[in-house]
Amino acid sequence: MGFEVIFKGKNFIRLLEGLGVALKISLVSVIISIVLGMIVGMIMTLKNPVIRAVSRIYLEIVRIMPQMVLLFIVFFGFTKMTGRNISAELSSVIVFSFWGTAEMADLVRGCLTSIPKIQYESSKALGLSRLQTYVYVIIPQIIRRLIPLSINLITRMIKTTSLIMMIGIVEVLKVGQQIIEANRKSSPHAAFGVFAVVFLLYFLACWPISRLAGYLERKWT
Amino acid sequence: MDTGVITSYIPIFAKAFLLTLKIGWIGVALAFVTGIAGAFTLYFKIPLLSAAVKCYVELFRNTPLLVQLFFIYYGLPVLGFKISAEVCGAVGLGLLGGSYMTESIRSGLDAVPKIQMESAASLGLSRSQTFMSVILPQAFTISVPGLVANVIFLLKETSVFSAISLMDLMFTAKDLIGLYYNTTESLFLLVLFYIAMLLPVSFAGSVIEKKMRSKMFGGRDDGI
Amino acid sequence: MDEILKIEHLTKKYDDITVLNDISLTVKKGEVLVIVGPSGCGKSTLLRCINNLEDIQDGKVNIEGKTGMVFQSYELFPHMTVLQNLMLAPVKVQKRKKDEVKKEAEQLLERVGLSSKKDNYPAQLSGGQKQRVAIVRALIMHPEVLLFDEVTAALDPEMVREVLDVILDLAKQDKTMLIVTHEMAFARAIADRVIFLEGGSIIEDTTPAEFFDAPRSERAKSFLRTFEFEKVH
Repeated sequence: MGFEVIFKGKNFIRLLEGLGVALKISLVSVIISIVLGMIVGMIMTLKNPVIRAVSRIYLEIVRIMPQMVLLFIVFFGFTKMTGRNISAELSSVIVFSFWGTAEMADLVRGCLTSIPKIQYESSKALGLSRLQTYVYVIIPQIIRRLIPLSINLITRMIKTTSLIMMIGIVEVLKVGQQIIEANRKSSPHAAFGVFAVVFLLYFLACWPISRLAGYLERKWT
Repeated sequence: MDTGVITSYIPIFAKAFLLTLKIGWIGVALAFVTGIAGAFTLYFKIPLLSAAVKCYVELFRNTPLLVQLFFIYYGLPVLGFKISAEVCGAVGLGLLGGSYMTESIRSGLDAVPKIQMESAASLGLSRSQTFMSVILPQAFTISVPGLVANVIFLLKETSVFSAISLMDLMFTAKDLIGLYYNTTESLFLLVLFYIAMLLPVSFAGSVIEKKMRSKMFGGRDDGI
Repeated sequence: MDEILKIEHLTKKYDDITVLNDISLTVKKGEVLVIVGPSGCGKSTLLRCINNLEDIQDGKVNIEGKTGMVFQSYELFPHMTVLQNLMLAPVKVQKRKKDEVKKEAEQLLERVGLSSKKDNYPAQLSGGQKQRVAIVRALIMHPEVLLFDEVTAALDPEMVREVLDVILDLAKQDKTMLIVTHEMAFARAIADRVIFLEGGSIIEDTTPAEFFDAPRSERAKSFLRTFEFEKVH
């Protein structure tokens, strides 16, 4: 059924390396998303009408535009506009961070606005500054809700990185295709085994992380 | 941007749009059916089937659609299951979506307080009457935001269909960019058609959510 | 008078913890029984056992007819209007005609002063209004025994009265009622008989006058003292 191909030569190592590429891009994007998301989320709670309008448009774009489309816009569009090539890796980090920041910011905004107003008022009554209120009162309250949600974002990011093969990055799925192609004659059934293994690899990368997120969510809420 | 190019591309994109829309919504419908079946199985703790549903949900929620499609489209024919790209797209979307819908509906069912069941039992309602008249409508209302998010998510996921050579919007854009280098025009139309596909859904979803929320959790009226 | 409810040697356990211990009790038709006691004494569990919401480990509960129950948290069905809430069980369970049920529902709503709310959803009502609807929802099934489980405990103070008035009105109509409450003045006014429950056992079973003015047991005395805070200071 094609499983024998996996252990031929360096094939399995190559698959793992492919997965590594995907994981690396996810990790970089997640870190950028969390940092930017915290800041953008706080800005979104401001009552300024311009900020409100801009953040609504930003969130709506991310809500309805497939990441694949965004990837195409950045990867092909940027080159077209500037005449300079942008690497596929950089394109994907830009797009995934753009998407992840919106997701994260919306979570942060949701958490912040769910804190009762009286918490801000009582902090003010105690003489805490706005910054002190955030650092000592508000953030400790939302952090327990944010951590599981951020961990969840990691798994979603990993799954989304499967798209990068479509702009030519050699990640696990692409490696899989190459292996099948190279062994077409000797193992005509390799597609089943190879894609089953890729499926499993993604599952093994995401499942423990989403279990951890679920566990923390149950424990902390 | 060249308007002439855009006008000449519109029919090509429109054709791809209809195909994407059709397969997308068939997938969504399949996802709903699968999700309802899965959630009921978990809620009523049907032995064996429950365990199978749990495995299915974990597997499909923790893997990308692209990988699922590759496995179904290129892997399964080895075992003798050969299906067309269109069927594969719809089935793949239905399976992925089914796992998300199962979760959303199940958590809606779990969110209905147990005492509502007791309240119905105190009025003499049977178990099936309680489920149909009391639990299900409330669970559905609670699930609506999750279900709407799932529908939008699934329709967005149609963008990977091109990988199994389905001639969808993405495929068309990529094809035209590759052939004629009209990158700007192609990307413009790609975005436009995805907006046409998802903005109405996003808008309708917000309206439904608001309606549902104000009905069940809404504020008091002025009569008090 | 006829016996309408007879409990014999009822024992209820959650795992190893005994919540109700060998309870025996008889209630006559038209009697208003008030059950009081400290929190956790098992009084709500007793109502739930009578209403068959809990398995019992020992003993027997015998009821001549149906029971109706009103919960502390109202438990109206939030997705249905007031009228739909009232009509659900009579139509689906008792298979009564819709027109007839609707007429009765409207009459009962009139009686509790909520005619204007019949097409509202529960979320649009105040706590007191919700609880009055919940009482009507139990009444419309024509139960032989009505069970009230701390029905004013979740209400704002100014809404307690409107609910208690409805229950007082029911007592005048000779309904058989078992009432669990913390409102001592109300208990005294409405009860034909008071049961004092502590640690899952009946400590006193007597008239309201005797219970409130001359309780026999030390435990009842100290329970009643907790309500005297204002007098002491």
